[in-house]
Amino acid sequence: MDRDLSPQDKKDLDKFIKFFALKTVQVIVQARLGEKICTRSSSSPTGSDWFNLAIKDIPEVTHEAKKALAGQLPGIGRSMCVEISLKTSEGDSMELETWCLEMNEKCDKDIKVSYTVYNRLSVLLKSLLAITRVTPAYKLSRKQGHDYVILYRIYFGEVQLSGLGEGFQTVRVGVVSTPVGTVTLSCAYRTNLAFMSNRQFERSAPIMGIIVDHFVDPPCSGQRPATMGHPCNYRAPDEEDGFAGVQDSQEVCTTSFSTSPPSQVGCTRSFLASFTFICFCLCPAALAGADLCHPAANPNQVLHAGKEGGVLLVPAYPPHGADAHLTVEHAPNTPGSRYISPDITSTRDDGRRSASPTDPVEALNAFTRKVGAFVNRPVTQITAASLDLPFAAFAPRGLGSEENDPMVQPPDSPPCPSPLQASLHSQGSEGSGPQDDFVMIDFRPAFSKDDLLPMDLGTFYREFQNPPQLASLSLHISSQSMADDLDSLPEKLAVYEKNIDEFDAFVDMLQ
Amino acid sequence: MNCRSEVLEVTVESRQVEEAMLALLHTILLHRSTGKFHYKKEGTYSIGTVGTLDFDCDYIDFTFARVSSEELDRVIRKAVSEFKDALSNSGSDGMGQISLEFYQKKKSRWPFSDECIPWEVWSIKVNVVNLANEQERQICREKVGEKLGEKVINVVEVINRHEYLPKMPTQSEVDNVFDTSLKDVQPYLYKITYQITDSLGTSVSTTMRRLIKDTLAL
Repeated sequence: MDRDLSPQDKKDLDKFIKFFALKTVQVIVQARLGEKICTRSSSSPTGSDWFNLAIKDIPEVTHEAKKALAGQLPGIGRSMCVEISLKTSEGDSMELETWCLEMNEKCDKDIKVSYTVYNRLSVLLKSLLAITRVTPAYKLSRKQGHDYVILYRIYFGEVQLSGLGEGFQTVRVGVVSTPVGTVTLSCAYRTNLAFMSNRQFERSAPIMGIIVDHFVDPPCSGQRPATMGHPCNYRAPDEEDGFAGVQDSQEVCTTSFSTSPPSQVGCTRSFLASFTFICFCLCPAALAGADLCHPAANPNQVLHAGKEGGVLLVPAYPPHGADAHLTVEHAPNTPGSRYISPDITSTRDDGRRSASPTDPVEALNAFTRKVGAFVNRPVTQITAASLDLPFAAFAPRGLGSEENDPMVQPPDSPPCPSPLQASLHSQGSEGSGPQDDFVMIDFRPAFSKDDLLPMDLGTFYREFQNPPQLASLSLHISSQSMADDLDSLPEKLAVYEKNIDEFDAFVDMLQ
Repeated sequence: MNCRSEVLEVTVESRQVEEAMLALLHTILLHRSTGKFHYKKEGTYSIGTVGTLDFDCDYIDFTFARVSSEELDRVIRKAVSEFKDALSNSGSDGMGQISLEFYQKKKSRWPFSDECIPWEVWSIKVNVVNLANEQERQICREKVGEKLGEKVINVVEVINRHEYLPKMPTQSEVDNVFDTSLKDVQPYLYKITYQITDSLGTSVSTTMRRLIKDTLAL
């Protein structure tokens, strides 16, 4: 099949398909970030805009896509899929859509790789931009926030559509014929949005009102259904961020086309010579090395507020002890895929930015220290002491530590409730638990002083905390007054009619 | 060469006409625009970059991606605005059709003027309805959004058949194929025309051909 394709064409075609796959992932994930995308047109070619389209590259997304591809290309029987799912603040999740980049055996030997295939891939990307705004998940993603977030997961291999529920619809974005096969891009999306999560049936009885399945599962347990992904959320990386490995492998694309007829081989060569590339090797080992992904590290999605483009941050979920929520597992039968649920809170930007790790692995580890909902962290590397989070006592402590996990084996004394809750239980008490004896503590309002006035603010507050109801507001009196009002109405009306000239003069004065 | 013709039909409320037309016309033009060509020596050329921009409709529950070019947007908005005004003036239950035609010029010998040969025509038929209350308007808002989504899928399906496209021109012939008047992007040569019919289905005015963009004064 490839024997009619020149080595240079084959190399170019592989490159086009690879970068098309990466750009496809970028377009899909960026369309699910939750806000409008805007990129500028440029009359001069910049050299880095593949397919002549301004599509920004989110480094984390590129990193995940390259990891999923693991040096392979989408090919016959090897599809690249981007799964978009929704996850609520309570931990329920639902797959919304799956975008598939596939290739079949139907070849077009006569098609020009360097021109026609490239331009058609560009048109296909434009179609993807249009279709990603049309599927139902787009509206959901625009409204993500407190109640739910949108996650993405990239995997390579066999397409999995079972999570989309019954009656899912398929839309074909487009096809591009190439000399080695036909590239097809399609989307299967859920139509039944009634919330049915498998997890609801697997959940055990909640302990202290907190859902058990928020806790850490041992890596590679394979027991829980793998439904997590990355949040569709982004921060503009700082210069110290450790994604140098990914950026080094980026290529410059300087497209230059020839207006000569395609039959002239000489002109074709001159056109091909005008492509300039940073030295790039398709060797899988090199790719893996370029990613610099330490096996024990968990590439986390580090999130700051976007510097430009204003990506909406998903607000941090209300803190409760079960927010440490991690899974790292390899999905069965899908080599190269990972389910990662990263951190989505980013309230401690300063602490993170001050770290300037030289080693990308350390950078990744540094990123994992912020714990919030959906964070994925290696339990062997992070201790609760190194974390700065509310209810740190309930953060999982290590692998197989369920017996020590306070959320699974609750401690004898209940957690300290919020100060507000405490004040409701006992007047003037602070910080006492509901099961402890009441301790009377002098209520000391802020800014109060004892020696200034005979009656200080606290005394005043206590004395007038429960004032009697106003007389006019009581039903008995109000009904009486209403009856009196009704009786006196005719007299009042007579008076007003008598003085009508005065009223008119008053109104005229106001105008 | 036969001209490819596609017809799309939408039913909208009067205040939704503008955004519905913008959504479809911009979606088509997104696929039919390239970056600016820069010709070099040795018969090669490079292509600029096309940016995209998401637009949220106010009267329709819909967002569409368009080419990030204010010049192009101004031209399309002007044409759609004229169409909308013509529709409003024709009566409340008017129907109309706006057409986006892509053509290429063929040089003719003097004294004959250049010939415009269309190679793709998109016709969007619009039925304008009146709604009685806010609840109906809200339902219409969502329904029209879904319908526009279906139309976008139709457009994408047609375009990805990869049927006839004009051959890439040499530098001397680029103005016969592309509209090179814009600074940042380069759509294929196109013209937008519209036609209004009243509720009886008759043409109340002659077809008004408005040449919105032409690089050569004829």
